[in-house]
Amino acid sequence: MRRHHDMGGIEAGPIERGEHDYEPWEKRVDAIMRLLTHPSRRVMTVDELRRGIEALGPGAYDAMSYYERWIASVTEILIEKGVITVDELGRTMSAVEARWRQERAS
Amino acid sequence: MSARFAPGDRVAVRRAYPPGHVRTPWFVRGRSGVVEQAMGAYANPEELAYGRPGQPPVPLYRVRFDQRALWPDYAGAPGDTAVVDLYEHWLEPSEETR
Repeated sequence: MRRHHDMGGIEAGPIERGEHDYEPWEKRVDAIMRLLTHPSRRVMTVDELRRGIEALGPGAYDAMSYYERWIASVTEILIEKGVITVDELGRTMSAVEARWRQERAS
Repeated sequence: MSARFAPGDRVAVRRAYPPGHVRTPWFVRGRSGVVEQAMGAYANPEELAYGRPGQPPVPLYRVRFDQRALWPDYAGAPGDTAVVDLYEHWLEPSEETR
């Protein structure tokens, strides 16, 4: 079966050719990936990143932006490799969200 | 690691659709083209994608395809071609002349 990402030659509508300014979080995702793949650590490879992106189903793949796909893949690969646990990730996300709500309220 | 194919060789891309991480686009599988250039050998990205070492390195080639061979309804100029980088384990010798 053709994987969803493998869309060479398939009608996909117009291509957005404009440049866009990178959001701070997008730069951060890029930095995280560079640190993880750096030869001194090599926690993961760009090939693993790519596999993770390609494993996203059609819905997620189409709904996510470029760096959203990246961070979704990085998260999956790091869980897969035991670098982080689902529980640890969930607790950290809750803590970050709580902090964000507090900052927003003040 | 010596390369099995040389520039000018006619090759066929394996008509294979395995599960797992594949680096050969769907649209060239089962098609024939001509080796344009040998690009050296690299750790197998289909193995690296699973965190494995990807050894031994696999030769990589630039393969040129006739656009009309790829797309039956191709409406561009007759001589138009497309070049795709393909790893050796996806290629077989081809007797086909066109």
